[in-house]
Amino acid sequence: MNVTLYIWRQKNAHAKGKMEKYEARDLSPNMSFLEMLDVVNEDLITQGVEPIHFDHDCREGICGACSLVINGRPHGKQHATTTCELRMRHFKDGDTIYVEPFRAKAFPIVKDLTVDRGAMDRIMQAGGFVSVNTGGMPDANAIPISKKDSDTAMDAAACIGCGACVAACPNASAMLFVAAKVSHLAYLPQGKVEAKKRVQAIVSQMDKEGFGNCTNHLECEAACPKEISVKFIAKMNREYMRSSVVSK
Amino acid sequence: MSAVQVDTMSVHQPQAVYKTSIGKKIIMAITGITFVGFITGHMLGNLQIFLGQDRLNAYAEALQGLGALLWFIRAFLLAFIALHIIFAIILYFENRSSRPIRNVRVHNIESSLASRTKIFSGLLIFFFVTYHLLHFTLIVTNPEYAALKDSLGRHDVYSMMILGFQNYIISGVYILAILSLSFHLSHSVFSLFQTLGLNNAAWVPRLRMISNIFAVLIFIGYVSIPVGILFNLAKLPEGGLL
Amino acid sequence: MKLDAQTPSGPLPEKWDKHRFEMKLVNPANKRKYSALVVGSGLAGASAAASLAELGYRVKCFCFQDSSRRAHSIGAQGGINAAKNYQNDGDSIYRLFFDTIKGGDFRSRESNTYRLAQVSNDIIDQCAAQGVPFAREYGGTLDNRSFGGAQVSRTFYARGQTGQQLLLGAYSALSRQIGLGNVEMHPRTEMQEVVLIDGHAKGIVVRNLATGKLESYAADAVILATGGYMRVFDLSTMGLQCNVTAAYRAYKKGAAFANPCYTQIHPTCIPHTGDYQSKLTLMSESLRNDGRIWVPKKHNDDRPPGQIPEDERDYYLERKYPSFGNLAPRDISSRSAKEACDDGRGVGPTKYGVYLDFADAINRLGKNVIEQRYGNLFDMYHLINDEDPYKVPMRIYPAAHYAMGGLWVDYNLMSTIPGLFVLGEANFSDHGANRLGASALMQGLADGYFVIPYTIGNYFARVGAQNISSDRKEFKEVEGQVDERIKKLFAINGKRTVESFHKELGQIMWEHCGMARNETGLKKALERIPALREEFWKDARVLGDTEGMNVTIERAGRVADFLEFAEIMCYDALDRKESCGAHFREEYQTEEGEALRNDKDFAYVSAWEFKGVGNKPELHKEKLEFESVELATRSYK
Repeated sequence: MNVTLYIWRQKNAHAKGKMEKYEARDLSPNMSFLEMLDVVNEDLITQGVEPIHFDHDCREGICGACSLVINGRPHGKQHATTTCELRMRHFKDGDTIYVEPFRAKAFPIVKDLTVDRGAMDRIMQAGGFVSVNTGGMPDANAIPISKKDSDTAMDAAACIGCGACVAACPNASAMLFVAAKVSHLAYLPQGKVEAKKRVQAIVSQMDKEGFGNCTNHLECEAACPKEISVKFIAKMNREYMRSSVVSK
Repeated sequence: MSAVQVDTMSVHQPQAVYKTSIGKKIIMAITGITFVGFITGHMLGNLQIFLGQDRLNAYAEALQGLGALLWFIRAFLLAFIALHIIFAIILYFENRSSRPIRNVRVHNIESSLASRTKIFSGLLIFFFVTYHLLHFTLIVTNPEYAALKDSLGRHDVYSMMILGFQNYIISGVYILAILSLSFHLSHSVFSLFQTLGLNNAAWVPRLRMISNIFAVLIFIGYVSIPVGILFNLAKLPEGGLL
Repeated sequence: MKLDAQTPSGPLPEKWDKHRFEMKLVNPANKRKYSALVVGSGLAGASAAASLAELGYRVKCFCFQDSSRRAHSIGAQGGINAAKNYQNDGDSIYRLFFDTIKGGDFRSRESNTYRLAQVSNDIIDQCAAQGVPFAREYGGTLDNRSFGGAQVSRTFYARGQTGQQLLLGAYSALSRQIGLGNVEMHPRTEMQEVVLIDGHAKGIVVRNLATGKLESYAADAVILATGGYMRVFDLSTMGLQCNVTAAYRAYKKGAAFANPCYTQIHPTCIPHTGDYQSKLTLMSESLRNDGRIWVPKKHNDDRPPGQIPEDERDYYLERKYPSFGNLAPRDISSRSAKEACDDGRGVGPTKYGVYLDFADAINRLGKNVIEQRYGNLFDMYHLINDEDPYKVPMRIYPAAHYAMGGLWVDYNLMSTIPGLFVLGEANFSDHGANRLGASALMQGLADGYFVIPYTIGNYFARVGAQNISSDRKEFKEVEGQVDERIKKLFAINGKRTVESFHKELGQIMWEHCGMARNETGLKKALERIPALREEFWKDARVLGDTEGMNVTIERAGRVADFLEFAEIMCYDALDRKESCGAHFREEYQTEEGEALRNDKDFAYVSAWEFKGVGNKPELHKEKLEFESVELATRSYK
């Protein structure tokens, strides 16, 4: 199969970017989307053109590195699928495909489709943890946790930190990402100890990074490759209100 | 043996509620609830037009009879309107600047035109409400309404509404404004529950449905007034105006 | 080069305690005077960086990913072992130790393996305290499963993404220390060289992948936690950026490379389908609990699987290993699949695949049960292959998965370069010739949380704080060498893409140094690799310049190292004239085709010393002494 690609090329953070057209020929429908880009890149290198830069690593949907907006949708149109898991058979022969980076003020472009998602790390550094040092912990079975809470925490903890929620949000808000971490820890007794301080710290850092505000469009949930529910945003809102009222 | 313990999370001073993104949304939600209440009450009150002149004018008289309380409620509503608008504008500009370079292709799935254009539907509502107050409450645009009295000597709100809506242009503007309001509300009710954390996975679709149903009911309720008047379901009192 | 394993004396269970007591300590007030560089932020790197910073050392951590959370530890699915004996089924530290050393075919160091089993319980406690959402029972206690053919249920798991959850736990601890200013994190930064001062590792030269600039960092010790080298096969279950560069450059500076030929090939992966393929996706081993593996009895049988009658199918694992059947260990299961395919009985478009059939299990248990157990894996298979495994048997084939070999380390996890410590998959220490399922996560975290925090203090206390500056001439010299090498790569200006060299190298290695090896093949590989390397340095194409991000130069540097490293692997495989664990020499097998181990001549660790590019490295042997276990022959019949 053949497809026509329009891909965002941008030399560096300061350069002006634009969409450029590429033809990808003789593709196998079994290829992954990124393998298709690999093939295009091999051709480009052979022609002496710098290849298209994009983040990727595990290619099995867990590391969260791949980050492409495909035809206006982060990770493409397949539900609950990362870019790397997307297959060419999900497209038709002769399709025109637009490929853009995950855009947000908080995600400056490094090169082409590669963006800097350090803002998400800084949010985690502000409060995405339980303040325990290594060693001397009680037996793991000392604190029983109900299966329901543990499963709910796991639902939230499944976040791969790819930033698709930010890219999908019309406001470029990081609420789903942040809510997933706040909720994961708030459902567990180990995380409850610092729940109030955590939500304040983490929200304050999120705002500092220049993400937009959540206005409940729910695009984040639709784009999330791990199907993180917006119910966690509601949970974080509850946690935030409780901490604002009680901690002062 | 560990190093000096520092509490990392306290390094980040909690921000004043109105400064944080969640705080701003909570302000929108709380002021929003008030409007949802007001809009529902106002609609039910005014639908009494279909129960006749006496009923509606009595209701209006009763409201006026609240005296100081009425002014308190009005002040409260005005303050909330101001807050709702100020924060809406702040949020709008913050959200706009959070993605300086827009996507060439955008494909939305879950969001609606209503959810994405609330600032505009909201502003339309604001302009209409301003006119609406000047028209019916402060009676600035049509000073002649002030003289309308019913047989019991009460301010004849009933006739004022009928006179007002018999004007096609006024009715047309009104219907458009209500359309805009319903559009706004179709996302608002869900949104305020979500923002206030009164939501879970099962209730997300339900609340979205409820939000839409509420918007439709509001639309039908309000629009029935000018439509009813234009179709003569509510007529000027027999024997004309006093 | 002298290999001193520093193994403490005394009975096995007391060695670690004794050693901890004998090691020197750094006074809490003095810890700020010492600094460490941690290269890699996976389970081993992140846990080490966080733990050392908590103790008060000054730490800098480096990773080539855009965020430390994306290290490839995140890909591990199955679980993590610990000797908690929560299931009351007879597990113990000694049993975990014994299973691990036996699984490794008695080619690991007893003391290290025992310590691993000892600290395994602390790991689970630590992770639970961090908020890792392990699977739980209804009563609120932790759930366990049996994994990889173990006779006890000792594997802790978090759905099918245990590696992710454990890594995020370590990442959260690391994030906390970064937030506190105790760790300086450098993402998108790749180590280029270790810098030695008076024979000790005192710093590194790195390349900032976003700016393209070279930078130098000095410290009192350097820790490599840079993962395994399985991308030498090109196609593997590894992340695409995984590489041998850091470990290999350390090797060139004098660190011995141990047992490079011990490479684990995982039996249940999605087969190769075409030249474009970049990666082989792992399907969890748990599928073998219910799936039956078979190939047609007839050669070149092109019928669809449904049309091959029962009596024309060869359920070869059940036939050859009646007691373990489809649950035979990874190496055995992988090799049997290769045999069947080499015999011309493979299936699928490339004929390198075998069926993993769930039809019987679906008939017996119902589709619902199978869906509950493996739903997400079936979906993943369906997505990748466009075939519904509920209707058509899956096709699987072994793929390169884990490197047991790595830089040689002593009991303190220090390499032959003083001050250079190596953790996790990057070292060789605990798994011997074959790693058991759910043991990799255990080892990475054991090294980072519970070993290095003690042993590095001992090193610091012995050598003292030196407060070295990265302005010293040693750093400038190494920076110069790195810069020169990068310029040389740009200067080749040839026609072939770097990727095509990597693919060709992968094919050579898979063919001659993969699941089964023989002298002729290895010798052939040793001829083909230098020839390919020569071609690379004449004809590779590296584009762009050193300014800013440039993936072609990143890859070129890594592939250039693989082209040198591949040779040591072959030399090692050639030297080891026995079959043990994942290393199968066709010349050394029983009449029934089983591995033939030779404890008399080969119960040693092969540690290779660099002797110049293209020259045969020098072999040093660390004799393996077994005081507590009897060397038994593995049998899974």
